Amino acid sequence: MSGAALDITNLSVAIRRGPTLLHGVSLHVAPGEVHGLVGMSGAGKSMVGRCLLGILPARVGITGGSIRFAGQELVGLNERDRRRAGAQLALIPQDPLSALNPSRRIVSQMTDVMRLRLGLTQSEATARALAMLHEVHIRDPEGVLHRYPHELSGGMRQRVLIATAFACEPKLIVADEPTTALDVTVQKQILRLIRDLQRSHQTSLLFVTHDLGVVAKICNSVTVLNAGRVVEQAPVAEMFAAPKDPYTQALFAATPRYDQPGGVVA
Amino acid sequence: MIFRRILLRLLQAIPTLAGVAILVFVLVRVVPGDPVAMMIPPGADADVVARLYAQYGLDKPILTQFGLWAAAAAHGDFGMSISLRQGVTGLIFSRLPATLELVAFAATVAVVLGGALAVFGIRHAGRFGEGAVDAVTGFVLSVPDFLWGLAFIVAFGVLVPLFPISGRNDPSQALGLASDFILTESFFRLRWGVTADILAHMTMPAIALALPLGAMIARVLKSSLAEQMAQDYALLSRVKGFSRWHVIVAEALRNAAIPTVSLTGVQLTFLVGGTVLIEKIFSYPGIGSLAIDAVVNRDLPLIQGLILTFAVLFILINLLLDLSYAMLDPRLRHA
Ligand SMILES: Nc1ncnc2c1ncn2[C@@H]1O[C@H](COP(=O)(O)OP(=O)(O)OP(=O)(O)O)[C@@H](O)[C@H]1O
Ligand SMILES: [Mg+2]
Repeated sequence: MSGAALDITNLSVAIRRGPTLLHGVSLHVAPGEVHGLVGMSGAGKSMVGRCLLGILPARVGITGGSIRFAGQELVGLNERDRRRAGAQLALIPQDPLSALNPSRRIVSQMTDVMRLRLGLTQSEATARALAMLHEVHIRDPEGVLHRYPHELSGGMRQRVLIATAFACEPKLIVADEPTTALDVTVQKQILRLIRDLQRSHQTSLLFVTHDLGVVAKICNSVTVLNAGRVVEQAPVAEMFAAPKDPYTQALFAATPRYDQPGGVVA
Repeated sequence: MIFRRILLRLLQAIPTLAGVAILVFVLVRVVPGDPVAMMIPPGADADVVARLYAQYGLDKPILTQFGLWAAAAAHGDFGMSISLRQGVTGLIFSRLPATLELVAFAATVAVVLGGALAVFGIRHAGRFGEGAVDAVTGFVLSVPDFLWGLAFIVAFGVLVPLFPISGRNDPSQALGLASDFILTESFFRLRWGVTADILAHMTMPAIALALPLGAMIARVLKSSLAEQMAQDYALLSRVKGFSRWHVIVAEALRNAAIPTVSLTGVQLTFLVGGTVLIEKIFSYPGIGSLAIDAVVNRDLPLIQGLILTFAVLFILINLLLDLSYAMLDPRLRHA
């Protein structure tokens, strides 16, 4: 299975009877591409992801624009059609502890989505979960399946979430700062794991981060957001060679050190 | 593991009960009011009075009285009721089932009502439904249970007579049941006509008792559900393709129940205490109405026995709540 194109055009999002959070954001993710979404805290990066995934907070709504994904318009769908269209989408969240339900075993949190989306039986789904845990290099996958989240380390939890995200072969995955909550040594491994899986599954990836070093390592193209507006959009090599927008330049200045663009994670 | 915990809590309960017993024993003898004066006509013969004092041991020093009472109580004998002239233990055991069934029914109503309101409010978060739930729970909490009871009697007992306003069952029907748990027993003996009649009698007192607890559960559960729904796992579950209802009920509810159990546990003991007034208002034959009569008659042995019974109930409720956290939270279960 290969990735699908995502076209967000002129997307505006506002709090009901309140301020506008996104002002006409447009971005394009080509099939199989890794697209970075950078900006400072509060810029609206997660809001873009939440629009795409259909999980806007209460009182926040889309006020204009379009989201076309895999040939289908997502804005304006009713809740049921929206859920169905979401079958090709997945999320790797930021905080692997709060992203796992503390009172359910890993196995049920991995297999529920496969049973729902792929129509697998419990034993088929469990077998697939096991295979996915192997693929994310978890030691003792059988044991992990029957544990509760609090019995795993942060890195293991994030591996479980990555395995779950890839398990239904989505065409696009939103990764919202997937390494921010992890310690530095684990960050590198997780980043490389996401990169490897994205390549072998040929999934498109919308990679939210505020770390330009991470963008350099993993992304093909990048969109810079500032206060809900797109300030710069370019292939990674181009932008790293010559950031045009003053805000992007400031972002570069604020990043202490970043690796060369295109470099695969060591 | 879990049995050790139960055993430990039960052992801890012993000094608590002993403390309660001493306190009550002293208090009922210090406050004004004389049990013997309540049972004889005014101006009775001094000899008769003295004989009655001796009969109930009230002529001895308070320490001796306590020693005798405690020694008998340790064997399950709480003395004779002065006003009813029956053994306190037997009296309490014959009335306790009525109260337990009322409390269980009321608590069930409260949990179902409060749970439904909380889930409904969260399903409509940020919209009219949530505001309506907040308004209703706020209003319900501002009125105490016995006022609800009186209002129900006027509204659904007198103006629109939907429910019987007194007693536990229709006295013209012979029950012919073996135990005093007549609701439970009639249900399992498939005598559902009797069950329905008992439920009709219990409806108004149970709802009056349930409203404050239900409103409290709705409040606390709704705010902890809101907290859970903002957690990443709830968002992730919706990304996986599950509906809001599914996420609320199958993912968030159990985690939200943990703080709710601890925060509403105290309110549940208030519900048990509330039976005292509510049973009196509805002439319901449980230990609550028995307690009021005992106090009115200054029936010292009965008051002591009843207060200890309530203390045991409170301790058992707290033990159950304690165990239910452990059941709900796997992090505690393995700790
Ligand atoms: N639940 C919410 N309700 C209302 N406004 C929100 C909510 N969540 C976020 N916002 C607002 O939306 C704006 C964008 O937030 P968003 O979470 O998309 O930022 P971000 O770029 O992801 O930042 P970060 O790097 O901190 O994750 C912020 O101004 C924030 O205050
Ligand atoms: Mg964010």
